[in-house]
Amino acid sequence: MTDPIPLSLSVNGRVVSLTIDPTAPLLDVLRGPLGLSATRYGCGAELCGACLVLVDGVPAYACTREIGTLAGRDITTVEGLGTPDAPHKIQTAMLAVQAGQCGYCLSGMQIAAAALLARNPSPTRSEIAEALDGNLCRCGAHPRILAAVARAAQ
Amino acid sequence: MIANTLPKSLIDNPRLDRWLDFSVPGRAGIRVGKVEIGQGIATALAQIAAEELDVGLDQIDLTAGDTDCAPDEGMTTGSLSIEVGGASLRLVCAEARAIALAAAAARLNCGPQDLSIDAGAIAQNGKPSGQDYWTLRLDLARDATGSAPPKPASAYRVVGQNVARRDLPAKIFGGGFVHDLVRPGMRHGHVVHAPRIGMAIAGLDLAAIQRAAGGRVEIIRHGMMLALIADSPTDLRRAAFAADTAIGWNGLPPLTADQQEAAWLPTQPSRHGAHGDANQPPPGTRITATYSRPYIAHGSIGPSCAVAEFRDGRLTVWCHAQGVFPLQAVLAGGLKLNPAQISVRHLHGSGCYGHNGADDAAFDAAAIACLRPGTPIRVQWRREDEFGHEPVGPAMLVRQDGVLGPDGALRDLTTDIWSAPHSGRGGAGNALTARTQPNPCPPSPVAETSVPYPGAGTRNAIPNYAIPAMRYRHHLVPSPPVRTSALRGLGAMPNIFALECFLDECADAAGQDPLAYRLAMQPDPRARDVLTTVAEMANWSARGPAGTGEGLGLAFGRYKNTSGYAAIAVRVSVDTEIRLLEIWCAADAGLAINPDGVIAQLEGGIIQGASWTLKEQVLLDEAGIASRNWDRYPILRFSEIPPITCRLMHRPNDPSLGMGEATIAPIGAAIGNAASHALGARLRDLPLTRAKIIQAVT
Ligand code: FES
Ligand code: FES
Repeated sequence: MTDPIPLSLSVNGRVVSLTIDPTAPLLDVLRGPLGLSATRYGCGAELCGACLVLVDGVPAYACTREIGTLAGRDITTVEGLGTPDAPHKIQTAMLAVQAGQCGYCLSGMQIAAAALLARNPSPTRSEIAEALDGNLCRCGAHPRILAAVARAAQ
Repeated sequence: MIANTLPKSLIDNPRLDRWLDFSVPGRAGIRVGKVEIGQGIATALAQIAAEELDVGLDQIDLTAGDTDCAPDEGMTTGSLSIEVGGASLRLVCAEARAIALAAAAARLNCGPQDLSIDAGAIAQNGKPSGQDYWTLRLDLARDATGSAPPKPASAYRVVGQNVARRDLPAKIFGGGFVHDLVRPGMRHGHVVHAPRIGMAIAGLDLAAIQRAAGGRVEIIRHGMMLALIADSPTDLRRAAFAADTAIGWNGLPPLTADQQEAAWLPTQPSRHGAHGDANQPPPGTRITATYSRPYIAHGSIGPSCAVAEFRDGRLTVWCHAQGVFPLQAVLAGGLKLNPAQISVRHLHGSGCYGHNGADDAAFDAAAIACLRPGTPIRVQWRREDEFGHEPVGPAMLVRQDGVLGPDGALRDLTTDIWSAPHSGRGGAGNALTARTQPNPCPPSPVAETSVPYPGAGTRNAIPNYAIPAMRYRHHLVPSPPVRTSALRGLGAMPNIFALECFLDECADAAGQDPLAYRLAMQPDPRARDVLTTVAEMANWSARGPAGTGEGLGLAFGRYKNTSGYAAIAVRVSVDTEIRLLEIWCAADAGLAINPDGVIAQLEGGIIQGASWTLKEQVLLDEAGIASRNWDRYPILRFSEIPPITCRLMHRPNDPSLGMGEATIAPIGAAIGNAASHALGARLRDLPLTRAKIIQAVT
């Protein structure tokens, strides 16, 4: 617990300035003051991937990442990947193959997939599985999520 | 149709206007009690309504799970949402359509046979009549008679089609869950739960809790309840973690290591029930084997969440409970309110697969909200709360004792089932936080019986095969070390695991092929169909000898012996661990409302069941549940999931069968049989970990 400090960072391409406890996890800042609900709480311990975001294009766990370490950095959440009118290709592909049952894990899956596709535009099945291995899904939507990533890569 | 043949949901909620209205021009407002828990029911029910009403799927506005306006359909459990909820909605919509046609015929001075409906507009001999559901101002304030015949399957245009899930876009674009609900002035609450029910606070360091939250947490003691409120979820979480160590608990003896195993159950006092053949087993070749599953977790990816608001004497709760009316009753009893003061609204949550923390989190939020009128309270359980305080899936131990005839066929089977209770719901006294309120209701006694259908611990205890004589004895252990309740399939998974592994052991003893052995005792053509289909998919006829390190196994199950059929084949390789190489499934759903949705359920059950089979066990320590995050409760990951092919039998003219739990049971036995084939040695105790494999081969 530390006194609030002023801080600026970029979230989904917009510069955001806050006065905030620098030890607060990014997840709480996104879901709270920034009103971005896509990034989800699952475990709080870097064990499930529900909270993944991109920090300068690299997947990072928002549940443990302190906001104070992110001054000047560039954050992308699912809201920044795409929208219903301008979806990211992984979002289009997930809808096309109906990847998701309860859907709770899907935000983290999209972030992991988007990062993979950015560095490897045509991954193999095992490369996709490896990239998503830190993301848990309890509903067993895995086959369709794998299919969605493969489809988005086409 | 006479009234007593109506489906239960319609008998309980006969008024048509409870189910539907046409109050918004161009829209059909549909209300149901069965709720979306990731199984796609909202989409399938919308398909049924659109089909019978002859409106477009995009004209349906569906409200599911709302005590103020939707029908009371009890719980969304047991794969009954299509079989019962869907059947009810179909009759309601068929009747509304008939009422509309009769009203239009009267207005147009023609016979109903001259009329047809498309997108809700009524045509007379194919030409627009100027009438529609909205101009007719139908009187739906009347009871359903069930007398309007629904469409024949041959006329279906929406039902039976692959339809995209209606809820998925919102979830993919970042919303759609109760977790995302924000109310004006909302604060965050947490109830401190004892490590186990029955423990009481012995010592408390309030200053440590305050310190962790920088002094920004409000600490409430009410009866035996200790609750925290903060404006910021960050502060609240810090205070909650501080509370975990700032409180000493007493009141119960420490747990011992043996209590976490299913083998502990037969050492305990139990209640006995029996069913089946009363004679003694005949002479013959006897085979016995004992199988087990430990306690397992629901493991929802999103911990349970709810928002509650008490304002002007009314309590409103938004939550992801599987039954809004049962929860309304629990809240009323536990918080000493009148049910009429309470509105419970379902919003989507993370998949629950049974009785997870949803109801308890909702009660927590409600209990705090009642103490802070006017302030909406959001409770989001931490991962540690979900794993540590949800009711877990019961451990079970199943002993099979069979007699083979001279031809090797199984002539007589005696099954002994030891199980912790599968239903921990049952009234106000059973909610966690209800027990800490002033003048708490007593917990309900364990109500589980030993009936064969639908059963709980005895679910699927009766083999779905022609065995000349069988009997089971059910030993219900009412006081397990941890709270237990319903988890996907209830006893079906351990019972089918035990039966289908045992059938392979019998086939081995008889020197017969496991598939041929099953077919010889299977008269039901639909069961034979899925078995032979999956065998063909898996190229069963090329199955090699046992003990090569690679194995092929199969298993069959018909959930509750009344719902969906599924046969599964699995190919594995085993060294010190089991690796899944490929999985095939053939299933029979009768009329599949949304075939792609059914396939998704089959896949999901296969993966969850494979995870239970290979990895999962709730771990205990002296205080209670010790496996409180994913590092101590691993589940199957992407890299462990093989290609899976599911095929649905084409049976559009047979009634729809519930499919949500069709694969969760047979997958375990299919893996067990494949692994045993690979090893040339039997694995009988779940999970099938490295230690069990080493034990089996040495
Ligand atoms: S919530 Fe961050 S990894 Fe689980
Ligand atoms: S779809 Fe439910 S957790 Fe993945």
